[in-house]
Amino acid sequence: MNSVSSVADTAAGPVSTGPVARVGGNPFRFLTTLRPGDILAIAPFILFALLFLVMPTLGLVVGAFQDANGNFTFDNILQLGGPQIVASFWISIRVSAASAVLGALIGLAIAMAIIRGRLPEFIRSSVMTFSGVASNFAGIPLAFAFLATLGRLGLVTVLFKTLFGFDLTRSFNILSFWGLTVTYLYFQIPLMILIIAPAIDGLKKEWSEAAATLGATRFQFWRHVGFPVLWPNLLGTLSLLFANAFGAIATAYALTGSSLNIVPILLYAQIRGDVLHNPGLGAALALGMIVITALANVIYLVVRTRAERWLK
Amino acid sequence: MAEEFLRIDKLVKSFGGIPVVKGVDLGFNKGEFVSLLGPSGCGKTTILRMIAGFERPDSGRIVVEGNDIAHLQPNQRKIGMVFQAYALFPNMNVAENVGFGLKIAGMPRPQREARVEEMLKLIGLSGYDKRFPFELSGGQQQRVALARALAPSPRMLLLDEPLSALDAKIRVSLREQIREIQRELGITTVFVTHDQEEALSISDRIVVLNAGSVEQFGQPFEIYNRPQTKFVATFVGQLNTLNATVANAGQKTVTVGGATVTIPSLPATLRDGEAVALTMRPEAVSLADGATRDIVLDGKVAEVHFLGSVIRLKVDLGDNAISLDTFNDQRTPPPPHGAPVRIGIASSDVLVLGN
Amino acid sequence: MKQGKLWSWVIFILGALYFLVPLYATFDFSLHIRRDHLSFDAYANVLNDPRFQAAFSYSLIIGAAAIVVGLLLVVPAAYYVRLRAPHLRPIIEFITLLPLIIPAIILVFGYIRMYNTSSLIPLLGTNFGSDVLLTLAYVALALPYMYRAVDTGLRTIDVQTLTEAANILGANQATIIARVIFPNIIVAVLSGAFLTLAIVIGEFTIASLLNRQVFGVYMQNVGANRAYEPSALAVISFVITWGAMGMIQLLARFAPKTARLD
Repeated sequence: MNSVSSVADTAAGPVSTGPVARVGGNPFRFLTTLRPGDILAIAPFILFALLFLVMPTLGLVVGAFQDANGNFTFDNILQLGGPQIVASFWISIRVSAASAVLGALIGLAIAMAIIRGRLPEFIRSSVMTFSGVASNFAGIPLAFAFLATLGRLGLVTVLFKTLFGFDLTRSFNILSFWGLTVTYLYFQIPLMILIIAPAIDGLKKEWSEAAATLGATRFQFWRHVGFPVLWPNLLGTLSLLFANAFGAIATAYALTGSSLNIVPILLYAQIRGDVLHNPGLGAALALGMIVITALANVIYLVVRTRAERWLK
Repeated sequence: MAEEFLRIDKLVKSFGGIPVVKGVDLGFNKGEFVSLLGPSGCGKTTILRMIAGFERPDSGRIVVEGNDIAHLQPNQRKIGMVFQAYALFPNMNVAENVGFGLKIAGMPRPQREARVEEMLKLIGLSGYDKRFPFELSGGQQQRVALARALAPSPRMLLLDEPLSALDAKIRVSLREQIREIQRELGITTVFVTHDQEEALSISDRIVVLNAGSVEQFGQPFEIYNRPQTKFVATFVGQLNTLNATVANAGQKTVTVGGATVTIPSLPATLRDGEAVALTMRPEAVSLADGATRDIVLDGKVAEVHFLGSVIRLKVDLGDNAISLDTFNDQRTPPPPHGAPVRIGIASSDVLVLGN
Repeated sequence: MKQGKLWSWVIFILGALYFLVPLYATFDFSLHIRRDHLSFDAYANVLNDPRFQAAFSYSLIIGAAAIVVGLLLVVPAAYYVRLRAPHLRPIIEFITLLPLIIPAIILVFGYIRMYNTSSLIPLLGTNFGSDVLLTLAYVALALPYMYRAVDTGLRTIDVQTLTEAANILGANQATIIARVIFPNIIVAVLSGAFLTLAIVIGEFTIASLLNRQVFGVYMQNVGANRAYEPSALAVISFVITWGAMGMIQLLARFAPKTARLD
């Protein structure tokens, strides 16, 4: 139904076991069986991938190890240890982790409620449809929506003031760490619901019945079977949510301007005006981001493969 | 047998206003292997699930060893169950699966391991303890599921179509193994199936169910040879139908194929001149060369199916067609297609079934 | 058991509040541009702004171009991978996932370094070159979704069997693609197109760094300078996303379904 979840599905499949294992064995075997028609069909795709995905990224990786004159250096990488950049990475990691963990927990709770909570069927389909929309509703407009809700003149802020005489802005600032986290949850929770729902559906009714005939209570079933079976999916989705938040910039930029210096915003400013006064350091910053998102995605792929193997 | 181990009384269950089980009464003896046999939707699985505690009866009682178990949750009933789709826990290896019930019951590890070992030996899967379900074939998974159900020594075993997901060959060997283990442990077992051959071969007694009611409850031999209803006769085994006319209801005689024959099973409710359907199993019909039989009819061979040890002939009698089974005989080849044959039926083998 | 159901309702209602209140708040806020009464003036201001019209239509044009280019790249590749080169599948699928692994800001940073005025391919030297680069960047962003949509379409119709069946009936390769494959995947292709549109229409990061005046950049400008118009823009944007996703749901009902054995 939805894009994000379906792409996530592919990610789990052949990809995770495929490229490393198979390509490693005999990478060019397919060349011997190629026909001209195949080349015509696949060449533009491969060319596009090289020019607009692989090479720009590799260019940055190489750039991270070059000084202004193009000589090899570790200087840029070492400069990532500077206080401003470390602070950026730290706030980015905190926001991503908080929105991923909360998004995963809340998303799981909602998914369990609509799938296993015996709510009317139309609620489930409505939630799934809405999740498809909300997980794609990010960026600038999302920031506007939360400003209109929790900003200084936002509906909820005003309601709290007029109804309870309570000034929300004293304890909660939309332009802060928690403000950004709460906003990110708007696309993190739906993404979690979309990805975890099939896994919850995959928990067979017979497992809980078998556990019951063997004397287990509902709690014991969840502790020994239900949760362990879901665990790889939870862990995998958690990494995916983390990567998702870590790379996001538009929402934060529109919400906080540059008052909350997360890594993508710092990088944005660096690309705009070389605020770090070192183009190589910009590349190193990018490399840092690539490493972190790639790591999170690798965890996702590996863990998903394990989960799939179980559920055959 | 003095006291019934499991007593089912006036059991009723409907789903969304549609009655699925309509007042079923049954009594099973200790150590008995009973099959619930019937087409899909006959209520057999629902009865099993009510015994297990997954469905709550609308009314009626389920009594085990003298105690009504209605108020017990499934996890308090001490009843083992095997499912059609194996339902092994995917996150546990074979030993952990088999030992799950023991672990829940709080059995210490050394005893648990010994019991698991014993169960794996029983199902012939010693040495498979570290395998995961996805590494096993369907037949192996179902054997593990059986061991898992039996490990906590339940007082009763429920099998819900445990063989239907398996290949034909494995299905036969596993059902023999299940029966062997059941006899060895002497555990009262209820087996749900829609496969009449399976039920006939494995059971001490069979309950034939149709549309939520018991049609017949008896030993396989009785069920097959003395079906009490038309449903049982047609659902269990093959059946021939021969059209006849009642000659004299009082003397139990009918006219068939120009001759008048006495049929011992003819119901007294019929009137003279009424049409009646005589039914019989294919193996009750024989090629009657020379031999005298009560009913003798002439026809032509329409089809010859050589099945190995048995040859099934379809004989065209003009207004009737009849299948008959004869054993293969190395010295006599079966009659060719179109050959004229004479068939004979003993009147004592004829069933006259009411509706 | 009863308690479980109660909890489900509590969780569902709390969740619904979190997701619906911001939507309501935004809509409510957008109506308050006049101090004394509710009005749609914020919407009128936005819709009548020539910069909005320019940015929005520019976004639509780039989006349409990205859809066309994306389909031209993806459909033949996905078809041949399914039919002729299943062993390439892991490589191709890995490539299609790269845009999910590499954040957009990294991609555009790479583009700026690779295609600047002093590079071998100085796309950023001209306006048209920048438009082309933006289009291709959007193709890259939508690649995972586009490929997945087309591939799902191909999978549900079982390309291999259909192609063989058409071959036996005497159809040539062009006829097969035009008369057999394409009508069967048109729904999938349209789904991919709407998804691309949903992703691209409000995009900010890449366009902003390539200095392209797209809808996303316009929204950011308005957000920095106006009070009520941003809410109107958020509502418009949400309606567009909802519309694109709704179209996909609607299309799914018309998707051809063939029985498959695996």
